[in-house]
Amino acid sequence: MGEVKEVSVGDIGSRAAEADPEFKAETMALNVGPSHPSTHGVLRLMMQLDGDLIKECEPVIGYLHRGDEKIAENMTYNQFIPYTDRLDYLAPLSNNVAYAMAVEKLANLEVPDRCQAIRVICCELARISSHLLGVGVYGMDAGSWTVFMYTFTEREKLYTLFEELTGARFTTSYTRIGGVARDIPDGWLGRVDTFCKGVLPILNQVDKMLTRNRIFMDRTVGIGVISKEKALSYGMTGPNLRAAGVDLDLRKDKPYLGYENYDFEVPIGLNGDCYDRYLMRAEEIKQSVGIIRQVIGSFPEGPYYAEDAKKIFAPPKDKILTSMEELIQNFMLVTEGPQMPKGEVYFEAENPKGSLGFYVVSKGGGVPYRMKIRGPSFCNLSILSELLPGHFLTDITVILGSLDFVMGECDR
Amino acid sequence: MSEIEKSELLDRFTYLSERESSDHLALNCPAEQLIEFCTVLRDEFQFDLLLDVTAIDWDVATPRFTGVYHFYSTVKQMYLRVASDCVDNIKPTLPSLVPLYSAADWHERETYDLMGIHYEGHPNLKRILMWDSYPYHPLRKDFPLAGIETPLPAEDVVEQTNLQVSAAPMMGGPFVSSGDGKMSQTEPKAKDESWNEEKGK
Repeated sequence: MGEVKEVSVGDIGSRAAEADPEFKAETMALNVGPSHPSTHGVLRLMMQLDGDLIKECEPVIGYLHRGDEKIAENMTYNQFIPYTDRLDYLAPLSNNVAYAMAVEKLANLEVPDRCQAIRVICCELARISSHLLGVGVYGMDAGSWTVFMYTFTEREKLYTLFEELTGARFTTSYTRIGGVARDIPDGWLGRVDTFCKGVLPILNQVDKMLTRNRIFMDRTVGIGVISKEKALSYGMTGPNLRAAGVDLDLRKDKPYLGYENYDFEVPIGLNGDCYDRYLMRAEEIKQSVGIIRQVIGSFPEGPYYAEDAKKIFAPPKDKILTSMEELIQNFMLVTEGPQMPKGEVYFEAENPKGSLGFYVVSKGGGVPYRMKIRGPSFCNLSILSELLPGHFLTDITVILGSLDFVMGECDR
Repeated sequence: MSEIEKSELLDRFTYLSERESSDHLALNCPAEQLIEFCTVLRDEFQFDLLLDVTAIDWDVATPRFTGVYHFYSTVKQMYLRVASDCVDNIKPTLPSLVPLYSAADWHERETYDLMGIHYEGHPNLKRILMWDSYPYHPLRKDFPLAGIETPLPAEDVVEQTNLQVSAAPMMGGPFVSSGDGKMSQTEPKAKDESWNEEKGK
């Protein structure tokens, strides 16, 4: 009779293998992606597996690198706006706003109240859109297809609203430096309000399907735990950082666009696991709905672009065709670009995925000398090589889904 | 950062100097003292979040490269920019902040990849966005917007398939721009215009 070994059920294989080298199996190399449904884009993971336990993981990125920063250095500030759509392409409106605000900071420009209100609605609708996708796809990754169908129905309604406002469903390019492209259409606020009324019952449905769902909880609770210190050290931001228990929301801490005037709560997680990250997003949608309702309730009158942005903001088309001064102004804008002062600014906005930052170095003139884009997904993903080892292969889909990243912003 | 802390910092660390900035407090720090200063920033001044690491290429100026770091303090709700000039123009070098902030890992790899700054002490300094054998640093000012056609070796594919891999032609793809001069000349346009019937004639 040989010795009897005790092997606890929780960590099959790994502890046994450590205890007795005879058990040690050869590790296997596994490659996931770059084109794989659970990587939500073109992320590639190169892993070493011991059985189905992940030993090592090396994320490979760059498959969607388009050189946005190089492009930005070669075109005028206004021309770059459409490129910002393609950063976090699940929330293009809030990217537009973040970029416009970074350049406005450089130009020392204040936008009027009505423009700010429009932008807040845009940002929050984008947040709802992004989180609906985040929660829906996450549910699907964990095995609940139904949630995805519910949230995508709501996103479809959002796209209709975006189309009405901006003319495009996906790549909105809506903001301009110093304002927005056009005023809101008649009755649009009413339709936004109707959407807000409609999305809350859907959230309750999602809540019923996921929050106390045995399968979903088994797959997410205690999985992919990121401690507060780790999250900070890796420079994580947004819901992923807040799920780890750090109270950082730039809308509260560094208010922009008049966020200080609205009453909303910032949810903070306790454990920093996959389950918390789901709860974070579900709650943030509700808070965003609350913010939008407050904006609609006190929607200011006035111009939708800054009057003193004459040298930056393209004049209305009918004026260009009939008035000499506007024609010259438009000509100068197209040929020379908006003239900016010398200086360096760094502006971050609280986007759905985290803090999207623009660092603009200007030597004067119409073209930025250097523009650095800080994509939150880039930082959020950098933790993967430390987070994944120790988990099982099946946890990958859940952990990736819970981090809710988008490769357009990661690779830029 | 309050004015008091700012002057305290400047008094305590005589090598620091204030940097011109249009928004947050910005400081210049020599590369040799960067680690020392950042350790103090993190441990004593509670700058717990390293948001961004990047670099600027000043083209013909000397020093040519400046590394730029953005910090944020979740306790004080405050940003700080630290800039550090690279002494050598040919092989620009800065100390790596990876021992202090894990976030620096990918950021420094990116800056190395695109700008060619060497971070001394980085545990795994290799390209992150471009492929490993790529020979250029595309964000440098002397690199053309159109890109330079580069062979894509893909040894692993060649080994298994015996097929040579060649990169897709850049025809009509990436844009070119002459860089300086009037906007009408610098406007990005397709590199190869042979596809355009009018231009091709």
